[in-house]
Amino acid sequence: MEEELRIMAVAGNLGYGFPETSLKAGLERKPHLIGADNGSSDPGPYYLGSGKSLIKREQLRRDLGLSLAAARSAGVPYVIGTAGTAGGQPHLDGFLDILDEVTRRDGHRYRLATIPAEIDKAVVKQAIREGRVKSMGVLPELTEQAVDETVRIVGQMGTDPFVSAFEAGADVIVAGRACDTAIYASLAAWRGFDMGLAFHMAKLLECGAQCAVPLAANDCLLGTLRRDHFELEPMNPSRGVTPVSVSAHMMYEQPDPHHFFEPEGMIDLERTVIEPLDARRVRVSGSRLETMAPSIKLEGVRLRGYRSITVAGMADPLLLGALDEVEARVRDDVARLVAHDMKPGDYELNFIYYGRNGVRVQQREPRLAHEVGMVIEAIAPTQDLASMALSLARSSFLHGYFKGRKATAGNLAFPFSPSDFVGGEVYEFTVYHVMQVDDPAALFPVTTTLIGG
Amino acid sequence: MNLTDVFDPARGERLYDLAEVMRSKNAGPLYLTFDMIFPDAAVYRRVLDSQVLTPELVSALYDVDSDAVSIVAFDAANAIKITIPRTGPTSGAPGDRDVYGAQQHEPLIGVRIGPVPSR
Repeated sequence: MEEELRIMAVAGNLGYGFPETSLKAGLERKPHLIGADNGSSDPGPYYLGSGKSLIKREQLRRDLGLSLAAARSAGVPYVIGTAGTAGGQPHLDGFLDILDEVTRRDGHRYRLATIPAEIDKAVVKQAIREGRVKSMGVLPELTEQAVDETVRIVGQMGTDPFVSAFEAGADVIVAGRACDTAIYASLAAWRGFDMGLAFHMAKLLECGAQCAVPLAANDCLLGTLRRDHFELEPMNPSRGVTPVSVSAHMMYEQPDPHHFFEPEGMIDLERTVIEPLDARRVRVSGSRLETMAPSIKLEGVRLRGYRSITVAGMADPLLLGALDEVEARVRDDVARLVAHDMKPGDYELNFIYYGRNGVRVQQREPRLAHEVGMVIEAIAPTQDLASMALSLARSSFLHGYFKGRKATAGNLAFPFSPSDFVGGEVYEFTVYHVMQVDDPAALFPVTTTLIGG
Repeated sequence: MNLTDVFDPARGERLYDLAEVMRSKNAGPLYLTFDMIFPDAAVYRRVLDSQVLTPELVSALYDVDSDAVSIVAFDAANAIKITIPRTGPTSGAPGDRDVYGAQQHEPLIGVRIGPVPSR
């Protein structure tokens, strides 16, 4: 069995654009695996709902072309998780289309494994009936009706499906929604390394060089996993990792810096020791995995309607003092004028005033700015109805009367013509729950194909 | 809770001025998490020992039940982490104002931390 595994993370999100020199430096270290994450729930529910990717095709073509060529020239597995931002079927298909384009252009040959991550609604409903689905707080317990109302549900796969892909001889693995750690920890699982260390290392690798100083999600990081410790080193010589920077990264985007959860169990960092090796590298030991009954995190979204918005500024001092009065009148006007087409509960109007509680709805002692930027948002059951409600709200606000008004020609400074914009579908997360499963791998079937053969 | 007292300039320095990193971010679409990383162990200890940062304070600042507030001290990074559920819309749902949760630390900025008590 090998003494160490060298795992290279290309970037925190494939498509953000990493330096070619870092990739080259990483290749010289002869990594056993190259990995990249391509998704996140951070950009909100839209991507899972719409099937679209946050990263544009042109961005991905560059990063994927360079990294795929690197992995093929080194002859090592290339693992990509959460393809297309949200990791559903359309996201996976979209990613594979770009992979195909790059592969043909550069004439690569490899065995491709694809791992879809959409979970059949019937499977989730069965689990609900058997009491195996739990809320993670905030959202209510999941009902079968809520499942039926989702556009799609994905599950975050752990290491098992990736191990199956390695066993099938995969050179390139493209997975739908996956735990970020699974991308980098799966080879260790296959090769029988300590999984407490492997998951901790993977957790640091998954954001690229985000745990370095200066930090960057769009740069390469190398992790070297040995039997009783691992080492980290950024592949850009102008960055370094220190015990403090690596410790601090364990706080990032998660509630508890001492513990984190994966489908395989809880990783306990209470006894972790991080020592500097030199100014740019650290050695980490003591991280442990406490295995638990396997569970999969589910994500699903529901369509809430369609959005149209307008953006406008205001500077008149009397107007700035009368915003609530004007808004109330606009709401009344719109309700009256859309009555033929919509009932009051069918649509919603939101007024965001930047300069007055725009970023935080409940701001302590709000101070009024000398200018206020406003966004009016209309959400309705169809795009046309949303645009109609918005158009009525915009014209009503523009000409809206308030007591003592002096600027009687118009209330709004529009920066654009046309003033109104179509925002498309509006989704919200309605599924963010944990599902206990006997065999997590069974939910994520692996298909292998010979490409360019 | 008397917030006027908490923000009283006479009480000491602002948390924002003591921290090297002060940030908010999503911890998944349902939770917000706040990190305060201090430049050294002395400042970190001073903030921790002041016992100003309590679930009751966070509850008063963010309109969330104090039972739902998690505050974790993290010695290895000279850092304090606060996590709360999103009590309004979840990330990106209609009515949400901050999809990534990246600008929600503002209420904590002016919290005053007194000097280390002399013995």
